[in-house]
Amino acid sequence: MNLFLSLFSISLSAILAENFILVKFLGICPFMGVSKKSDTAIGMGVAVTFVMGLASAATWAVDHYLLAPLELGYMQTVVFILVIAALVQLVEMFLQKAMPALYQALGIYLPLITTNCAVLGVALLNIQNGYSFIESVVYGVMGGVGFTLAIVLFSSVRERLEDCDCPKCFKGFPIALIAAGLLALSFMGFSGFKVF
Amino acid sequence: MNFKNRLKDGLLTNNPVLGQLLGLCSTMAITTTLFNGLGMGLSVTLILICSNMVISLLRKVIPEKIRIAAYIVIIAGFVTMVDLILKAYLPALSESLGVFIPLIVVNCIILGRAEAFASKNGVLASAVDGFTQGIGYTAALVVMCVIREFLGSGTFGKGVFGADGIRLLDAQYPALLVILPVGGFLTLGCLIAFSQWLNDRMKEKEGKK
Repeated sequence: MNLFLSLFSISLSAILAENFILVKFLGICPFMGVSKKSDTAIGMGVAVTFVMGLASAATWAVDHYLLAPLELGYMQTVVFILVIAALVQLVEMFLQKAMPALYQALGIYLPLITTNCAVLGVALLNIQNGYSFIESVVYGVMGGVGFTLAIVLFSSVRERLEDCDCPKCFKGFPIALIAAGLLALSFMGFSGFKVF
Repeated sequence: MNFKNRLKDGLLTNNPVLGQLLGLCSTMAITTTLFNGLGMGLSVTLILICSNMVISLLRKVIPEKIRIAAYIVIIAGFVTMVDLILKAYLPALSESLGVFIPLIVVNCIILGRAEAFASKNGVLASAVDGFTQGIGYTAALVVMCVIREFLGSGTFGKGVFGADGIRLLDAQYPALLVILPVGGFLTLGCLIAFSQWLNDRMKEKEGKK
C-alpha cells in the first residue's frame, strides 16, 4: 500500500506539479519544434514516453549493477548517453520490423529523441533522487505522460496562433514562446500541490 | 571569412540562441542570476571549442554512418571533464546549475556545430567557430540573466559581486514571477522578437542604400 501511495505521488508530481517541459525546462527543443500540428505532437509524445520509460529502466540497471560496483560514477554522463542512443536505435529497428505503420508516422522524430534532454534528464534525476527500480520506471513513464500532455495542449494553442493578429516581429517563434509562458503560468497552479 | 565577421555572425546575425533557436532548455532554465549565466556560457564555450577541434581533427577517421554517435561520445567526454572541474573548484556554481551541466551533452548547439561546421573544416577554423558561437551563446545568456535578475530579484550580479550582488530595486518591488519558469518563456519570447525587429531594421537600411 505504501509503495502504491508513493508511486501515485511520484506520478502526479511528474505529470503536473513538476511537468518536465513547463516547470523543469527539459525537452524544450522538440516541444517548440514538433508542436505545430496536433497529430505529430501526439506521435512525438508517445515515442518520448516509451523511450523515457525504457531509458529509466536501462540506466537504473546500468548504474546499479555496473557503475556503482566498479566505482565508475564519474562516467555516468558518457555511459547514459550511449545507453540512450543504443536504445533509441533498437526501438527504431524494432518498430521498423514489427510496426511499420507507427514507424512511418514517427519518422524523423525517433532518432531525434536521442538528443532530447528530457530523456537524459530523467535518467540523471532518477539517480539523483535515489529512486528504486519501480519508482524510476514510473517516474520515467509519467514524466513522458506529462511531456505528452504539455505538447498536445500546446499544439492546439499553436494551431490558432498561426492566424492571430500580432506585431510583425512577434510572428512565429516569439509569440509561441509567450503562449508557452502562459501555459506554464497555468501549470504553476499545481505547484505546492501535495497529495499527502 | 575573417575573425571580425565571424564574431559578428556569432553574436548578432547568426546567434545560436536568438537566430538559430538552439539550446533553448538551458537558456530558459538557468538564467536566473548573472553568476549562473556566465558559468554556463563559459562552460559551453570551452566544451564547444574543444569538441569542435577534436571532431575536426578526426573528421577523416570517423565513418560516415556512426558519426553522430561518435560526436556524442566526444562531447560527453568533455562535458564530464568540465563537470568534474566545476565540482572541484566552483562547487557553488555546480550546485546551482545542477543537472544542466551533464545535460550540456544534449545541447543542440554543440552537436549542431559539430555536424554543420567542424566535420567539414580545418582545426583552426573550427576552434574559431566554436569560440564565436560560444561567445554568442554566452552573450544571449547574459542578457537574459541581467533582465531576469533585475526584474525578478532586483539585484545585479548576485554571486559575482559578493553574495547578494548590487541591489537595484527595493526588496518589496521585484516580481518573483520573472525568475520562475514563466518568466523564462516570456523573457526569451520578447528577446527573440526584439532581435527579429532589429534584424529587419538592419535589412531595411541596407536595402535603402
